[in-house]
Amino acid sequence: MKLLESFKQFYASSIGKKLLVALSGAVLLLFLLGHLLGNLVIYLGRGALNDYAEFLHHALHGMGVWIARVGLLGAVGIHIMATIHLAAQNRAARHSRYAYESTQTASKASRTMIISGTIILCFIIFHLLHFTILPNDLKDVTTAGHVRPDVYGMVVKGFQNVLVSLFYIVSMAFVCFHLSHGVSSVFQTLGFRSEKSADMIKWLGHGYAAFIFLGNISIPIAVLLGFLKF
Amino acid sequence: MAKKLQLTLKVWRQPSGKAEGRIETYDAKDIPVTASFLEMLDIVNEGIIADGGEPIAFDHDCREGICGMCSLTINGCPHGPGKGVTTCQVHMRSFQDGDTIWIEPFRADAFPVLKDLMVDRTAFDHIIQAGGFISARTGSAVDANATPIPKPVADAAFDAAACIGCGACVAACKNASAMLFVAAKVEHLGMLPQGKAEKDRRVLSMVRAMDDHGFGNCTNQYECEAVCPKEISATYITKMNRDFAAASVKEAVVTEF
Repeated sequence: MKLLESFKQFYASSIGKKLLVALSGAVLLLFLLGHLLGNLVIYLGRGALNDYAEFLHHALHGMGVWIARVGLLGAVGIHIMATIHLAAQNRAARHSRYAYESTQTASKASRTMIISGTIILCFIIFHLLHFTILPNDLKDVTTAGHVRPDVYGMVVKGFQNVLVSLFYIVSMAFVCFHLSHGVSSVFQTLGFRSEKSADMIKWLGHGYAAFIFLGNISIPIAVLLGFLKF
Repeated sequence: MAKKLQLTLKVWRQPSGKAEGRIETYDAKDIPVTASFLEMLDIVNEGIIADGGEPIAFDHDCREGICGMCSLTINGCPHGPGKGVTTCQVHMRSFQDGDTIWIEPFRADAFPVLKDLMVDRTAFDHIIQAGGFISARTGSAVDANATPIPKPVADAAFDAAACIGCGACVAACKNASAMLFVAAKVEHLGMLPQGKAEKDRRVLSMVRAMDDHGFGNCTNQYECEAVCPKEISATYITKMNRDFAAASVKEAVVTEF
């Protein structure tokens, strides 16, 4: 099939793979924002968060959450596969290293994307096991007598464990680090950066990373400080 | 009398492309601060020749920053200290008495070492041959302004055309990527009416030629832009990414180039 041949050729090129990393990255970035805004519903109380969780699980007759899961899994898969190929090519492009290494402008984050990315992958696996695949079976009974999973209780109980909270906070630091290079890179690779907008995009990236970090860590901190009670 | 510097050089010596290379130490004595970096190497070489040794081989030609022949990675930075200069424009006044200076070739698998500090940059010629030209015969020079080109477009095209093809972008890139060179060459033609006709075909074939030569991939760190002696902006890479995406889609679903 001709289109498949074209796609193979596209993937074989360096910019083709980069575009896939940027597009899948953009999907994940937007997901992170949606996920954070959803998480912050916890501050509105048990009822609100459990309503929100119930809404997500019943959207499109229960299909919505599966569409999102398949889409996200696809994005993560593409992001990882293409970066592994790119990184392998990068390594192969310079066998003899400089005896005197120096860096002009490249940030620490930009030089350790593979490491921060791998740590984030481990976090995602833990996070899914913790809250999605193996949740505790706390139940919330509404005033109408309707029984539903108590997501609020699961989160608060989960974060009351100091080690778990600490792990989440450290993981979010790595997400923030990854995004500090990733967000502006999406703009560069997809071709939306100019001399005039370069600074704005850089600060947008740093601001976005900081927002995701602070928003998310506020929850375990609020639990540990006792603002969010079971 | 100009001030004299006493320096220690750590220089990459490699008898041929196939031989193993290693760092050798040389004393560079009584180097006048007024000397250029390449003149300093000339002085050191004269000493080596007088002692019956093999002089350090390095590339150079015009020695005024326009030919793109000189290379050298000085203390880890292609073209050494200073912004917007080639190695031949670096002067010894940029160094202090007693300094140790590391001098290495531009390192990239796509730029194999020929001897000592000289590397083979033929890969760049192959990329140009893949599409860095206009294939229509343009005849003799037409009247100026017969083809109106807005001033900002002409300026942007000229800024890209300032690329001298030295390869510092590849040498500085953490991944030995040639994206800044290719982007400059693709975009300086692609922005102008004479080059626009072949824009899609050009970006596809030049990027593919770049990939075929085993350069690395861009990770948006802008090391290239920082060392480019002609200060070519990495936003040309942004434009090339966009043009490559559009051309790929066109090729896949609309037409052959």
